[in-house]
Amino acid sequence: MFSEVGHFALILGLMVAVVQSVIPMWGAACKDGLLMRSADVTASVQAVLVTVAFAALMTGFVLSDFSLLNVVENSHSAKPMIYKIAATWGSHEGSLLLWVLILALFGGAVAWFGNNLPAGLKARTLAVQAWITVGFLSFMLFTSNPFERVDVLPANGQDLNPLLQDIGLALHPPLLYVGYVGFSIVFSFAVAALIEGCVDPAWARWVRPWTLAAWVSLTGGIALGSWWAYYELGWGGWWFWDPVENVSFMPWLLGTALLHSAIVTEKRDTFKSWTILLAILTFSLSLFGTFIVRSGLLTSVHAFAVDPERGVYILILLGISIGGALTLFALRAPDMEPGGIFAPISREAGLMVNNLLLATGTATVLLGTIYPLILEAVTGDKISVGPPYYALTFTPLMIPLILAMGFGPHLSWKRADAKGVMQRLGWIMALSVLVVVTILWIDFGGPVMAAVGIGLGVWLGLSTLAEFSHRVRVKDGLAQAWARAGRLPRSAQGMTLAHFGLAVAIFGFTGSSLWKTEDVRFVSPGDVVSIAGYDVTFEGVRDIRGPNYVSRQGDLTVMYDGMVLEVLQPERRYYPVADMSTTESAIRQTLAGDLYASIVEPTGDADAGAWTLRILYEPLINCIWIGSVLMVLGGLLSLSDRRLRVGAPVRSALRSPVPAE
Amino acid sequence: MKRVWAFLPLVVVAILGGFLFWGLNPDRDPNAIPSALVGKPPPTASLGPIPSIGGDGLNGDVVAEMDGVVLVNVFASWCLPCRAEHGTITSLSKMAGVTVVGLNYRDTDSAAAAFLEELGNPYAAIGFDPAGMSGIDWGISGVPETFIIKDGTVRFRFAGPIVGDGAKKIFFSELGEVQVQ
Repeated sequence: MFSEVGHFALILGLMVAVVQSVIPMWGAACKDGLLMRSADVTASVQAVLVTVAFAALMTGFVLSDFSLLNVVENSHSAKPMIYKIAATWGSHEGSLLLWVLILALFGGAVAWFGNNLPAGLKARTLAVQAWITVGFLSFMLFTSNPFERVDVLPANGQDLNPLLQDIGLALHPPLLYVGYVGFSIVFSFAVAALIEGCVDPAWARWVRPWTLAAWVSLTGGIALGSWWAYYELGWGGWWFWDPVENVSFMPWLLGTALLHSAIVTEKRDTFKSWTILLAILTFSLSLFGTFIVRSGLLTSVHAFAVDPERGVYILILLGISIGGALTLFALRAPDMEPGGIFAPISREAGLMVNNLLLATGTATVLLGTIYPLILEAVTGDKISVGPPYYALTFTPLMIPLILAMGFGPHLSWKRADAKGVMQRLGWIMALSVLVVVTILWIDFGGPVMAAVGIGLGVWLGLSTLAEFSHRVRVKDGLAQAWARAGRLPRSAQGMTLAHFGLAVAIFGFTGSSLWKTEDVRFVSPGDVVSIAGYDVTFEGVRDIRGPNYVSRQGDLTVMYDGMVLEVLQPERRYYPVADMSTTESAIRQTLAGDLYASIVEPTGDADAGAWTLRILYEPLINCIWIGSVLMVLGGLLSLSDRRLRVGAPVRSALRSPVPAE
Repeated sequence: MKRVWAFLPLVVVAILGGFLFWGLNPDRDPNAIPSALVGKPPPTASLGPIPSIGGDGLNGDVVAEMDGVVLVNVFASWCLPCRAEHGTITSLSKMAGVTVVGLNYRDTDSAAAAFLEELGNPYAAIGFDPAGMSGIDWGISGVPETFIIKDGTVRFRFAGPIVGDGAKKIFFSELGEVQVQ
């Protein structure tokens, strides 16, 4: 019953979306207020309908309704409740419904909170948003209906992929999708602005909070996914440059560029066509990601079930939306007047460097991701592109970016005082170089990039703090500075926090990838492995039983200097229903580094009793998670800036709309 | 000129779209790494033994003439997955009708000897290839790799360690099929 209601709500939602794609656009063209305002109603109705559908599917999972194909394939009655709920978005169909839900909710949010938007822009934005909804709702209803019934009811379900039965991964998709799909509204704003032929500071001001909201979620989602890979896959790595990871990282990189270029458009009325292009491309990359994950085009550890039929449908959707938006861009963008001019050393120039490097970085990752496909198409050779490629291409691009990031916030608009900035930053630069040299000296023969990475982290962290203390004038006394810090605009506080967060994360990236030590060996009870000063004794393995799995748990006594610190208990779990095993690593977390252990069952019959023990020491890795949290908090702080909501500027009367061609 | 440049993003995206469309061809399996050797005799170039281990080296002609199933396992002491896989290789070497031959790839004499000293030597013979010369002949894409050879023909190539349920299932079902033939 629930599912029929859900299915019906989706069909109604599609019809409402069709109405919303036409009426407001028409209303905006003939300046009819009533027709334009209809978008507010339809967007709200759409959000409610898709929410109903989503709730219906979730009810099916909660009640373990095995008459639904999707529930049979992805759930089991013995599964803990939280994973039953999370299984709602664990499959292709369910996650697509989540996708559309977020799309509809963002549309609704613009209808509800966009009171300060001009009627025409709002109507057009919501109409464009509805075009995307039509595309994806029809895709879902025609090729991937989540409410499909089964003819013969099975007694129980086939269980969700056990790797996904984890709290990190239960929350990862919703966050990631809010980020991915959140950029849809920015895309809609951009297309609406191109249709209107008008991009000005007011437009940039309206777009920024939406960009920021999407960026914050995407940052959180990527960090959560990376954390999951770290402790669940049992390899101790947190980033593999896997295609599916890359497709979430590319919108993040370009979204970061957009976040910064929109500031320039807002404050200085320039970079207009570039900002529009970024807005279109960022969401295009989100769509590209959806396509890659669901088409089985590239090999990946985390792709959904492969189905080329669906792939063709999404590719057509992509062609229409991206192709259409870029055609519009090609026709309209050249008419956008460039705004204020600026000197080579100025904040505009700094942000331009930021944008160029981020865009090049995105292109590098894109090339690495699809190069195997292109090569296969052209020569027939099959290759895979791995971390060495990215170490050679992506990392070198990020070094100047971090250097520029230290300078950027110190520069003023139009023309910066180069000498003053150098005075402020000279000692930090010297200190950073000193750090690099010291590390090279202590860790002689170690990886040079490690020293460079730590030096960059020091540089970015200190220069960010220096900018903040300059702004609040610490020289005038701490009490006054504290009061001033509280009065600073939230967006300035947020920027400091987010930049500082990246500095912290850089320590983590560097330490955990370049100073990692690793050992893999066979162990029998009583064996001792020494790593990074720790002595780890393998005591043996016990059988334990979970709700829907059986597990073999190892006991590892960790000693340092003869003192017993902790007993690590990595597990190897077996899920009988899904016939799959998972690795549950055990980690001793400290700020200095993680001691990471995972076990895999004996490989041959000959060595019964012996286990393969993988043990790693990853220095500074927790800095990655701390830094990510700081970046998210910085983004949220900035999002709470009152200026982004109230007192938004009124459009200047002087603008002259571009004539239609 | 500016008007022409404005079309650049569209053109780039259109080209990309073309490749993506090609990639959707349902006959394409992105996971398959083909081996040019399958169905052909193993390479004939011969490799000497690891100096401190001694014994026979690896010779394609000899491999081709061996009775039963011959497994050629590419390994190296620096390769952690090889270490993990060693138990499987050891139990394979004890199976009736199976001979396991090693190809020690880009390794040093002392490190390889220490590796086999520590974990045991399951190989009937080992070819020593410190410079990685055989990489091209055998078409090695990474270490470890295991070739199944019978009656002088390479039947199957497994890339990666034979560790974990999934990998074992694939490898042992292929091995079973080759043995039955």
